[in-house]
Amino acid sequence: MDYSAILLSVKLAAVVAAILLGVGLPIAYWLTFSRWRWKFLAEAVVALPLVLPPTVLGFYVLVAIGARSPVGRLWTSWTGHGLAFTFEGLVIASVLYSLPFAVQPIAAAFSQVDASLIEASSTLGASERRTFFRIILPLSLEGVIAGAVLAFAHTIGEFGVVLMVGGNLPGATRTVSIAIYDSVQALDYAAANRTALLLLAFSFVVLALVYGLRRKPLVAI
Amino acid sequence: MSPEGPHRALAGSIQKRLSPGFALDVQVSAPAGITIVFGESGSGKTTLLRCLAGLDRPDAGRIAVGERVLFDSPSGCNVSARDRGVGFVFQQLALFPHLSVRDNIRYGLHRLSPEVRAERTRAVAESFRIDHLLDRKPSAVSGGERQRTALARALVTDPDLLLLDEPLSALDHATQSRIMADLRAWNTAHAIPILYVTHAHREVFALGERVMVLDAGRVLAEGTTHDVMEAPAHEPLAQLAGFENFFDGAVVARRPDAGTMQCRLAQAGIPLEVPLSHATEGEAVRIAIRAGDILLANQEPRGLSARNILRGRVRSLTREGPTVRADVDAGAAFAVHLTPGACESLRLEEADEVWLIIKTHSCRLVEPSGALS
Repeated sequence: MDYSAILLSVKLAAVVAAILLGVGLPIAYWLTFSRWRWKFLAEAVVALPLVLPPTVLGFYVLVAIGARSPVGRLWTSWTGHGLAFTFEGLVIASVLYSLPFAVQPIAAAFSQVDASLIEASSTLGASERRTFFRIILPLSLEGVIAGAVLAFAHTIGEFGVVLMVGGNLPGATRTVSIAIYDSVQALDYAAANRTALLLLAFSFVVLALVYGLRRKPLVAI
Repeated sequence: MSPEGPHRALAGSIQKRLSPGFALDVQVSAPAGITIVFGESGSGKTTLLRCLAGLDRPDAGRIAVGERVLFDSPSGCNVSARDRGVGFVFQQLALFPHLSVRDNIRYGLHRLSPEVRAERTRAVAESFRIDHLLDRKPSAVSGGERQRTALARALVTDPDLLLLDEPLSALDHATQSRIMADLRAWNTAHAIPILYVTHAHREVFALGERVMVLDAGRVLAEGTTHDVMEAPAHEPLAQLAGFENFFDGAVVARRPDAGTMQCRLAQAGIPLEVPLSHATEGEAVRIAIRAGDILLANQEPRGLSARNILRGRVRSLTREGPTVRADVDAGAAFAVHLTPGACESLRLEEADEVWLIIKTHSCRLVEPSGALS
């Protein structure tokens, strides 16, 4: 089995899930509580990766972070090397690709919080920040965990975006799904089967966990 | 903390359009003590409270507690809900389900030192008799204890004004009056205005010294509970004051020397003598009669001073707590209250022939709902 590919996938998924937790919470908060009339446009943009072919997303990310793009040039001037075909490039692409998987369950959980609890908090002198950390977040924990787990799992399983942005460099951008593809290309079905089975089992366990969590609320009401 | 007495009175005028056909337009004033805000659902009670608390923004107006201005549309002043110092107890209480009773109560004290927080929490929990429940979750205490927790949570912050949105409606009478007694005791020391919203008639008499009646977004009447209930001039008020019978009629003849008018009810043309009013002959009037002010006889009465004696038939007899309600068809439907004892000694049965006896001054002329002078 290609352990370096498995390790890389897990590392990528963990980094992406962590970033999405940081980025997803404020985005979900804004999507839930903003009264901006054009908010639906932002909702559509966040949901785009759900319907877009990964190659399309990967292509645009590749162009955006390529050596001739402003982002690519800035990165090169900082680090001395380009973004495309690196682990960092993969992280950027994966964050964009898995964004709705983190944001949507979190936003759904936020909107489930009884509005009168939020109003009660403000009549008791709490700022929006205090209300968020003391009331909204604890009561949405289930959805936040679901969002992080789904982002992690979705990143583990991605293929098209990785291929477009990362290429296939062992140890740097060669993830599990690419390794399976390679094995099949090399007609090594046994190796492909071992890795694929592992991914299948992992995905099932993760989803079972998420659905199991939903059935058993973390907070007794 | 703040000065007591009239300096802490609430004074406000609030205009807010809620839908094309409905606008709240009220002047509200409340001294220290409990003022009941009474109105049917949809009369604008909750919107009024939400505007006072800063949860909804009025279209125009001004709200002040004592010298402190909370909202003033001409100057654009609008103090946010978190800075108003207005306690709000929601209809569904809105206790934080994931926090203990203690953490719920001290939630609003986060700007204070831990020692002060602990002391204030202990004191208010004692006042409201929930000091033995502090470590429980709201889901693990009784309905009455939840209401006490919600009151304690709002009052521990020492607000300048307390707003209660029907928080006790779901409780039985005894529990409710015990909680109100504790609230009164708390307020003798703090003397803040307390607005208590309700649509339950009995709470108006049981709880308030003052009452403000809302109807269709306007203030129908306000004053002491006694004054407002003594002479209800409008139908919603008359309903509130316990009038069950309402009839449309027209003035047939005025007798200024006798202080009475002869009316004819729209239904079946029943003649009824009522007290004199400004209504002219032929004018339509609305007549209200308390079910408890009508006497029942099982044979035609003679030699009575009462001017209105109507023959009818009992349609149904219903036991309503300590009274029996008789629905009588006398051309129009009349509700009559009598005691079970009276019902027995008359040997009253359904379909019996009876006579209704109504004194002239038991008939009250009221303005119909929605019509404001």
